[in-house]
Amino acid sequence: MLLFDPKGPIGDGERFVILAAFVLMLIVVIPVFVMIFWFSLKYRASNSKAIYMPKWSRSGKIEFAMWLVPFAIITALGFLTWNETHHLDPYRPINSGVKPISIEVVSLDWKWLFIYPDYDVAVVNQVVFPIKVPLSFRITSDTVLTSFFIPQLGSQIYAMAGKQSRLHLMADESGIYAGHNQQFSGRGYADMHFKAIATSREKFEAWVQKTRQSADKLDPERYEELGKPSVGYPVMYFSSVTPGLFDHIIRKYLPIGMNSAAMRKDDSGSTRVKPTTLERR
Amino acid sequence: MFGKLSFAAIPFENPIIMGAVGGSILLAVVILSLITYYRKWTTLWKEWLTSLDHKRIGIMYIILAMVMLLRGFSDAILMRSQQALAAGMAHGYLPPGHFDQIFSAHGTIMIVFMAMPFLVGLMNIVVPQQIGARDVAFPFLNSVSLWLTAAGALLVMISLGVGEFSRAGWSGYAPLVERQYSPGTGVDYWIWAFQIAGAGSLITGINFLVTILRMRAPGMTLMRMPLFSWTTLFTNVLMIFAFPVLTVALTLLTLDRYLGMHFFTNALGGNIMMYVNLFWIWGHPEVYIVILPAFGVFSEVVATFSGKRLFGYRSLVYATAAIMVLSFSVWVHHFFTMGAGPDVNIFFSITTMLIAIPTGVKIFNWLFTMYRGRIRFATPMYWTLGFLFTFTVGGMAGVLLSVPPADYVLHNSLFLVAHFHTMLIPGSLFGFFAGYYYWFPKAFGFPLNEKWGKGAFWCWMIGFYLAFAPLYVLGFMGMPRRMEHYANPAWQPYLVIAAVGTAVILIGIIFQMIQLAVSIKHRHAVRDLTGDPWDGRTLEWATSSPPAVYNFAKTPVVHDIDAFADMKEKGIAYSPPDQYHDIHMPKNTATGLIIGAMAAVFGFAMVWYIWWLAILGAFILLLTVIARASDDGTDYIVPAAEIERIEKRRYRQLTAAAANRPADGPAMRQSLAEM
Amino acid sequence: MTIDASTIDTFARKEIEHPDTVANHAFGFWLYLMTDLVLFAAIFAAFAVLSHNYAGGPTGKELFDLPYTFGETMFLLFSSAAYGLAVLAMYKGKKNSVLTWLGVTFLLGLGFISMEVNEFYHMILSGNGPQRSGFLSAFFTLVGTHGAHVTFGLIWMVTMMGQVVIKGLTVPVQSRLMRLSMFWHFLDIVWIGVFTIVYLMGST
Repeated sequence: MLLFDPKGPIGDGERFVILAAFVLMLIVVIPVFVMIFWFSLKYRASNSKAIYMPKWSRSGKIEFAMWLVPFAIITALGFLTWNETHHLDPYRPINSGVKPISIEVVSLDWKWLFIYPDYDVAVVNQVVFPIKVPLSFRITSDTVLTSFFIPQLGSQIYAMAGKQSRLHLMADESGIYAGHNQQFSGRGYADMHFKAIATSREKFEAWVQKTRQSADKLDPERYEELGKPSVGYPVMYFSSVTPGLFDHIIRKYLPIGMNSAAMRKDDSGSTRVKPTTLERR
Repeated sequence: MFGKLSFAAIPFENPIIMGAVGGSILLAVVILSLITYYRKWTTLWKEWLTSLDHKRIGIMYIILAMVMLLRGFSDAILMRSQQALAAGMAHGYLPPGHFDQIFSAHGTIMIVFMAMPFLVGLMNIVVPQQIGARDVAFPFLNSVSLWLTAAGALLVMISLGVGEFSRAGWSGYAPLVERQYSPGTGVDYWIWAFQIAGAGSLITGINFLVTILRMRAPGMTLMRMPLFSWTTLFTNVLMIFAFPVLTVALTLLTLDRYLGMHFFTNALGGNIMMYVNLFWIWGHPEVYIVILPAFGVFSEVVATFSGKRLFGYRSLVYATAAIMVLSFSVWVHHFFTMGAGPDVNIFFSITTMLIAIPTGVKIFNWLFTMYRGRIRFATPMYWTLGFLFTFTVGGMAGVLLSVPPADYVLHNSLFLVAHFHTMLIPGSLFGFFAGYYYWFPKAFGFPLNEKWGKGAFWCWMIGFYLAFAPLYVLGFMGMPRRMEHYANPAWQPYLVIAAVGTAVILIGIIFQMIQLAVSIKHRHAVRDLTGDPWDGRTLEWATSSPPAVYNFAKTPVVHDIDAFADMKEKGIAYSPPDQYHDIHMPKNTATGLIIGAMAAVFGFAMVWYIWWLAILGAFILLLTVIARASDDGTDYIVPAAEIERIEKRRYRQLTAAAANRPADGPAMRQSLAEM
Repeated sequence: MTIDASTIDTFARKEIEHPDTVANHAFGFWLYLMTDLVLFAAIFAAFAVLSHNYAGGPTGKELFDLPYTFGETMFLLFSSAAYGLAVLAMYKGKKNSVLTWLGVTFLLGLGFISMEVNEFYHMILSGNGPQRSGFLSAFFTLVGTHGAHVTFGLIWMVTMMGQVVIKGLTVPVQSRLMRLSMFWHFLDIVWIGVFTIVYLMGST
């Protein structure tokens, strides 16, 4: 089971959370199971030996326990939640001393576009990265709501038009991991999967070089073509990407518009408007 | 003239749909022919369709629920069989567009047109009797609610053969549901069916709140009220607070789709996250609306069949109240993965976990009701035990999902699907079935066959585990929900088992249909003349089965919890009144039916852009409302002499019954002897 | 609340046996108004979320004419006052007075609606209709939902005037007039919210 065989620290943390929560709950659940069977058996009408107390309907001690024990367990779970939700926050960068690789993700109908802004290459339906290097994803959508997910590495997060979500993952082991969209988005949804390939640093650099040989370039016209609905899109490599493409995609859906304060704040002289982002500290 | 409607709207090229449509039409023709053959049209019209009797309305609600259960379950069979086949290169027999409509219809039908009518039906039959009242506060509005719900269901059924249904899921996330991404009629059918049924539910909420708060029998303080009435009270509070938000969510979407506005569009200033928030602010209380009545049923069943007072009555009431309040504070847990940030996610996570506490308290209270009781394993008790065990498992899954990091990997997977079905089937549906078996004799005067009932239970129970245990595993294996086909062949064996489970449940449903037929056939042999076949504890068992239209000739006076058990003990359960008085009851009227019909016409016209028809339907609806609002002659009087006749006949039956069943209800015989 | 039960008719006789009926109707209607409040709250929330989503289009400041809106508000507030006078006349059993004040309420309410329709018309004509931006969608919907409620209230008012003429001030008629009163004042309160949050705050 993929979720119990994680290949990175985020997935690892999440597996711990699942198991820890499960064990904590057993404290309440097992007695419940026992009581269901035991009481049914012992107090069945045909068992005339069992005590019958038809008016007994209150017991301070029992009621106290039945409120307190679950409350205690929830308190423990609450602590676990507090710690791990902060620790495993998708927006939180992974501290590993190694410089992270930035990858921009755009969900389209019905395929995934991956842009490497620092390497000036892009790929459709495949993402390659070195192991033990933090991955810093910026994610958006140029279509409906979708959910970017590589189960064996960890958390999913929604991709939304006009907004940028962030995700940080890392692979500890080489391998080819399944990735897909986990939020239904129309007729091509079932085919909207991609491969996430974790490999050695050298092999990754070699892959980047190879991609730079591709005849295909991701310019605005090519991107528009890419955006047309298609199902089961083959893996494609692009040797260069129009600068600022990702921000442009977000900007298309800006709710505020050109007259807004957001633009006025940016006095750098450029016409770039800051994309609406779910960026936090 | 006909808007977008044309013969091209009928999917002649789809054999499965045409088969379903043909089957439905055939079934309808058969039923209509039978009614004609047995010359029941007058009865149907006068006694049922135009009735404002809450008991009749309740029965009609439940019939609607059961019909829609069959429709929604057919969708389940299609989905499970498709997924069992469509592994790797195989793509099954359902193309994506069709599969997507099926899962959207399945969810919409099961929640809005199966669960809601079922629980409202039970509330209708039982609550006025349980609180010692003669009817609900607004009998006419009760009828309106029923027919509005039926109108919504009709729209969903029509969408099968004329046009198509939504492909965007029962929750219809934006912007997928916007015109840009869903240009057909599907989402419009979904919107109008949902909206119209929602209006019906809102009216029900108001109706039962006023009923319970203002029409209880003298002496029945709130803390002496039966648990089913309490859960009804809380459910109706949830309804009146939650449904207006749904109305708004759907209306804003309607404005986007019909008038090109920008509430939830990607561009021009729409906000798709706002849709998700609005929907789930309704959606979460809705699932508590669907479970609380089931909890109420279990409370009644456990007490009655353990022959014991419910343990921890106060605790149960406060716990349910806590659940009601908390249910409004958890909605973000449906979208932890939207990126709200750890602090927001943690807040909603904690509130979600907190709900587990009162829920657990209720389970303990039911268990301790069984403790030192004398448990009779009638069919309702089977459903209850099945619930206690399985719901606990599903609850664990829920608490697991409430921890955001766990949700980050399990959201929208089959684990989620398994979790919520574990809440809805062994939770709500088993509760409704238990209620159906428990109160059937009250509604009709004869019980349902136990043997077939227990057989049905085992099929449902085993079938449920076969169908959903594999889904929990598949969630851990990384399989998402709503997959019309999938590449990973390792998932297939689990999906095959799930399909087998669905087949076992189908057998259970068939058993239930046989049970009904057999019970009706043998009804005279097993007729219950006492009105109290289970040795019940609450007031609804004091009336005859079926009760007279006015329920109680004399409004009972209540002295304690379990009012009827109390009365039986004191030997006053069956004492006739000194004097009979006239009773006012609401007259039958077709107005509710007309309102429902016009709502359906309006909805259909709006789906197909037939504007003149929509305006006409709305206009007639308005005129009907104005006419009713100006009508002051809506009641009739049941004369005291007639009541006396009915009641005396009842006492003769009771005496005969007591003579025939000496071991039963010694209290009953004693009080009859004293008459 | 005192309803004049001295007009003895079959309903009044029933009234004595079921003294709760009128109270139940009032309570039920009040509950409905609370659901309407939740409805408006959700629309207000949607408005708040979209209040700056101008999408390059006009802002509230550029569109709103506060003196005009003040005029609308006066129509509505005075219509509420007129209804209050209608209810006082109802308590005194003065049928003609009731009709007069209902008529005044109706006209003032109609004035409010006319001004609102006029405002919408001009905005749409100048290309600032609800399709222009999320902000404008929310504006038209919030203000328009309130206007739709008022319109329905006007239809109800005409119906009630008819009932008063035909049936007189019977118990059921009075009960309905009280419910319409609750409805009308409720809409007034919602308008205060709209005026403040949409127009006043939107103009800063």
